[in-house]
Amino acid sequence: MAVAEPTQSIEEQRRWEGSLDELRGLVSERAITGETMLLNMGPHHPSTHGVLRLLLELDGEQIVTCLPDIGFLHTGIEKSIEDKSYEKAVPLTDRMDYLSPMSNNMAFSAAVEKLLDLDVPERGQIIRVICLELARCASHLVWLGTHAIDMGAMSVLLYAFRERERILGMFEMLSGQRMMSSYIRPGGVWRDVPADFLPTIKQFLNDFPAKVDDYEALLTKNPIWRDRAQGVGVIEPDVALAYGMTGPALRGSGVNWDLRKAQPYCGYETYEFNVPLGEHGDVYDRYLIRIHEFRESMKILNQAVARLETEKGPFRSENHKYCPPLRSELGQSMEAVIHHFKLWTYGYDAPDDEIYNAIESPRGEIGCYIHGTGANKPRRVHFKTPSFIHISALPVVAKGYLLADMVAIIGSVDIVLGDCDR
Amino acid sequence: MGVSSKLGNLGIVTTTVEQAVNWGRTGAMWPLLFGLACCAIEYMSSQASSYDLSRFGMELNRATPRQADLLIVSGRLTRKMAPVVRQLYDQMAEPKWVISMGDCASCGGVYNNYAIVQGVDEIIPVDVYIAGCPPRPEQLLHGILTLHEKVKGERIADWA
Repeated sequence: MAVAEPTQSIEEQRRWEGSLDELRGLVSERAITGETMLLNMGPHHPSTHGVLRLLLELDGEQIVTCLPDIGFLHTGIEKSIEDKSYEKAVPLTDRMDYLSPMSNNMAFSAAVEKLLDLDVPERGQIIRVICLELARCASHLVWLGTHAIDMGAMSVLLYAFRERERILGMFEMLSGQRMMSSYIRPGGVWRDVPADFLPTIKQFLNDFPAKVDDYEALLTKNPIWRDRAQGVGVIEPDVALAYGMTGPALRGSGVNWDLRKAQPYCGYETYEFNVPLGEHGDVYDRYLIRIHEFRESMKILNQAVARLETEKGPFRSENHKYCPPLRSELGQSMEAVIHHFKLWTYGYDAPDDEIYNAIESPRGEIGCYIHGTGANKPRRVHFKTPSFIHISALPVVAKGYLLADMVAIIGSVDIVLGDCDR
Repeated sequence: MGVSSKLGNLGIVTTTVEQAVNWGRTGAMWPLLFGLACCAIEYMSSQASSYDLSRFGMELNRATPRQADLLIVSGRLTRKMAPVVRQLYDQMAEPKWVISMGDCASCGGVYNNYAIVQGVDEIIPVDVYIAGCPPRPEQLLHGILTLHEKVKGERIADWA
């Protein structure tokens, strides 16, 4: 077979044309003199959770400076959305935080609804809550498996992905796609839940709590796990707040801030659940919080499933200027055909106004800023994503810990590079 | 007597060195532990419980390209990441194969914009393309088996 020749010779590739002077001010003077070592971690590294590059200055094994280099997954999603009508932008939001696409859909859809002043019927809200909490579980399961692998516990991944497959199966049932579902859309959800969804999720809710106990049995009291996690990567509450950290990374430091409680959306204020808080702000506390969040999500899901059985209203807004009519209506109503045609060709106009709306994703606050133009495409869309904030705090968090702890810290703040770079 | 009488009518199995080597290569093709974006999560799913890539001798992901045979480009390739991927490919020892997993890696997918390389084949040669956004683990398995078929037909002289 034909193998393309390298564009540069090996010698050319090895030659480094940079100068240490470029790093002056970013690393300590001792690195310039060669007293400390500069180590490049990533962008190809099994434990950076994607394509993150860290430039580390090491004194022995101790981290003196940590310089994150991001942008290896910059996809231009925000720019691409500027050229799409609002409905067509939803699939692009899926691919930002690819561990919980439902949360991205929700952040964007909720912002569009706020811009349009569009109502969402009760059944739609309940289905959304179910999707968001399932997405939280699925995301935390990936976090649990990969974090454990980073710390040397191989088998947890196999347990975690076993349950995650069941959640993805439910997403597929709802939307036809395992991961990139685009299910939550402005005005409600894409379609109603299929008939076999309720028995499936009930079976899952019945099985899952015991599985969470299994994960805990593997890790919580495991002495190796505790040694690697306790007292490592401590984030003081004031540091977490100063950097704008959110989600489990903030709550691990004991700050009670959960948008589901603080600024409820989707009717979260009507569900009974607790917000687990940590005490020490270390890797172990952040682990415990996510484990507790599994259980709190189960509480919310149980309540939501009970409500879904009794609430039989429409699953998306019946304002057909913004939401398509049911497919079954297309054969009977000329008006429905016109609405459908208009929505899937032109879309709809949104006011020339700017809004910001935030929701609680598994990683923290994911906010969406939209500036409308009065026409069918936005002037600017921006996402405030938790991973970006958490990576910006890494230099402070990592300082003084060992190189091996860096892996634990990256895992514990749970970053997704697609979420950070977009 | 003994073994010879039991073997009896089995006869002799003949093969060529080429076939034997290619058979061995398909049985333990170590992939590079490398993920770019969403497809990497489906790649992880393929490695984990339900799909279990170790059935194809692929459970051993090597984090260093020097020990890997197969590069699965799983996800969108940005212009900033492209030189890194090229270097990883160059560092892999021959024989080596590349699977382009997903629409973004194959042709840029939905991202026809300033940031994304429109297909990983602009910088490295690709053996098998897998469609999907992201492809299901079954699709990845099918892609890997397709690559196995291709490898079985390869001539050793081509790699020399």
